[in-house]
Amino acid sequence: MKLAAIGTAAGAFSGMFGVGGGTVIVPLLILWFGFGERLATGTSLAAIVLIALFAVALQGAYGNVDPLKALVVAVPALGGVVIGTAVQQRLPERAISLMFAALLIVIAVKLVVG
Amino acid sequence: MDASVVELLAAAAFGFAGGMVGGLIGVGGGVLFVPALVLFLDQSQLEANSTSLLAIVFVAALGAWRQHGYGNVRLRDALLVAALSPLGVVAGVVLSNNVSERFLELSFAALLVLIAVRLVVRALRPAEPARDG
Repeated sequence: MKLAAIGTAAGAFSGMFGVGGGTVIVPLLILWFGFGERLATGTSLAAIVLIALFAVALQGAYGNVDPLKALVVAVPALGGVVIGTAVQQRLPERAISLMFAALLIVIAVKLVVG
Repeated sequence: MDASVVELLAAAAFGFAGGMVGGLIGVGGGVLFVPALVLFLDQSQLEANSTSLLAIVFVAALGAWRQHGYGNVRLRDALLVAALSPLGVVAGVVLSNNVSERFLELSFAALLVLIAVRLVVRALRPAEPARDG
């Protein structure tokens, strides 16, 4: 039941904010289920694939998706994610949480300041 | 697309960084894809949110496959999390097409701060016995 609640919340944020829901899934898997950071992040990525797939189909129906611009960020990101997952295997799990938090604060400040 | 070479390179750099962050902390990379699309590729917040989702599909798929290889994916739990997400997605998409973009930005920011605080609190508390990490 809790897992399904995480999914519903993640889906809502995905549809609203264009993130795959990982910002919700990772902390909840850690805080509610006691997942280690690595297991939480790996499982989150797998769930995100399906969630984002559904959300992009809906936003596409509203005409809000530009496939060419998506490729501009996605192609280099594929290289980034391979490197990121490899580096992550060598980091202490607490460091993963702290990096997560730091990045969220930076983005939040940018959003508010504009 | 009428972006300059510099803007394209900047967007690509954000994309690379977004993928890296995605691999490191288990998000799809949207936290960096969205600003890249707004700042460098002239999209509105709503368009960027939507376009970002398409990039996330590919990045998360590759990231999940790599993490599965490292033994860090519980496939059954991932499927359960994803299973009910369509309900949330429908609510989120309809909402995002009916509220102001400023409201979206501010609510996104508030959410991120909330999550950050909880993670820091957890990471900084004394280690529990028999816990790896």
